[in-house]
Amino acid sequence: MKVRTILATKGATVVTIRPQQSLREAARLLAEHNIGARVAVNEAGEIVGIISERDIIRAAARLDEALSRPVSEIMTKEVIVGLPNDDLIAVANAMTEKRFRHLPIVERREMVGIISMGDIVKCQRDQYKGEIDTLETQIIADET
Amino acid sequence: MANVGTDANPLRVAVIGAGPSGFYVADHLFRQREFVVELDLFDRLPTPFGLVRAGVAPDHQKIKSVTKVFDRIASRPNFRFYGNVEFGTHVNVQDLREHYHQICYTTGAQTDRRMGIPGEDFQRSYSTTEFVTWYNGHPDCRDCQFDLSQERVAVVGVGNVAVDVARILSSTPDELVKTDIADYALEALSCSRVKEITLLGRRGPAQAAFTTPEIKELGELADADVVVLPEEVKLDDLSRATLEHNPDQATIRKLEILQEYSKRGTTGKSRKLTIRFLVSPVELIGDEVGQVVGMRLVRNELYATEAGTLRPKHTDQFEELPVGLVFRSVGYRGVPLPGVPFNDKWSVILNEKGRVINPNTQQPVVGDYTAGWIKRGPTGVVGTNKPDAAETAGCMLEDLARDSILKPKQPEVAAARSLIRERQPNYFTYADWLRLDELEVTKGQAAGRPRIKFTSLEDMLSALGR
Repeated sequence: MKVRTILATKGATVVTIRPQQSLREAARLLAEHNIGARVAVNEAGEIVGIISERDIIRAAARLDEALSRPVSEIMTKEVIVGLPNDDLIAVANAMTEKRFRHLPIVERREMVGIISMGDIVKCQRDQYKGEIDTLETQIIADET
Repeated sequence: MANVGTDANPLRVAVIGAGPSGFYVADHLFRQREFVVELDLFDRLPTPFGLVRAGVAPDHQKIKSVTKVFDRIASRPNFRFYGNVEFGTHVNVQDLREHYHQICYTTGAQTDRRMGIPGEDFQRSYSTTEFVTWYNGHPDCRDCQFDLSQERVAVVGVGNVAVDVARILSSTPDELVKTDIADYALEALSCSRVKEITLLGRRGPAQAAFTTPEIKELGELADADVVVLPEEVKLDDLSRATLEHNPDQATIRKLEILQEYSKRGTTGKSRKLTIRFLVSPVELIGDEVGQVVGMRLVRNELYATEAGTLRPKHTDQFEELPVGLVFRSVGYRGVPLPGVPFNDKWSVILNEKGRVINPNTQQPVVGDYTAGWIKRGPTGVVGTNKPDAAETAGCMLEDLARDSILKPKQPEVAAARSLIRERQPNYFTYADWLRLDELEVTKGQAAGRPRIKFTSLEDMLSALGR
């Protein structure tokens, strides 16, 4: 199973944020869209960072007036990106080992989507469910 | 008027495409008890089951036993099948919107991806889609011709479809006659002069897409030796490190089987089936009349992407493989349906969790849904479409509960039936299919085969006395 399978059922819009926007705006956007992270892009559309709910909580615990500060101040700047043809198992292992939960997906320098650990878990669950169902069907066929 | 989804006013659903996903959507809608659903399942072919009939290999009858599950779904009184009715030809989006509250597209991935290399269109270079549908008796491909007088064949790809094709080409007439392969294909393959079949994988053995049972079968063929080059199944450092870090039992098992093959010698069987790794075709070589006579391959090495996937990278080492026949099996691709938004990037219907999305507003199109390969792309086994269909059916019921459905002028069962009768008098019902099924099986029994398929519309009509 590949990353593109997850992106195929996520529509075509990729939501991003600007690094100069405030953490308050970032928090509002995450809450509104019910998502855990947003990619920060510059005017040219290039990825410059990623901001997650965890980043915001850490900032709120550590800094005064945290929510008024710009995203650029606390976002993760070293962003690991994935490709549509990346294997989901490899991505899941990388996420577990390197401890990140959102992966922006890039194709020919253009950001084409973002996938989360939750997306991968759901996809793998469905894959296993499907395999079990197919095996069960064959076993029942043997018995009849 | 009574609420939609009640006895007096059932939810009317049209599902386009009678493959596994179409049946699974029906199943999920029928299983719930809150709403009354009346569902019509359309297919452009007279027969149901999609790739279970036309894609699953003829020697994999056990996988086809899932049709018993589909028969049970079809036996519900609120289910109807309209075969031989093509969306876009006999009925269009507008027609359906006048007769149904919801429409779900489950048309699958009907075409193949291309390799994108010079010479791809030479004669004797085919897509496996054509070959698979041909040997499975799909009416679209029954008249296809494949030059089986060639001795050397390359199958590009190492997914399960590529393995199926290699196995069918390596099988003896005695092995094939036990299957439900199309009669004309059995005849053609019985005269086949193919001697050497080479499967080509661009990544290494640890990344190959085929599954364990498929690869195991290749070692058990009656009259074909399986060959794997020891240097190509020796794990490279990256693959070994990945596997040591995350031992995946399925991959380990596949590697054990392949390594065992690499130690076997040939035993003098008439055919040789070689599985190659870390090579990509870069060009097909043709003769003066444009027929394939060979293939130029580049050796690949693996590199790790940022997210940890091992991908192939061309080296500067090339080789030539003499082959007279090429089957490319590098993936399937969905095709757009008239009047339905399409996502070109992933070759699927533009959707979010199965709700079709309007590309201009990015909002769901009321009443339009999708499931299966045309929703998520060609991946997984037959059963994978079940949780996928459940997700879509869940969206359909959620939207019904908040009255976000179409308001058709004629939601009655009879109105849809008379429209279809007017547009396609030769439509097939499920009862017609059950009769054809019985005839196919009876004919097969007499010949010691699971069934002998009808492969043309004319034969099916005349068998039904029409």
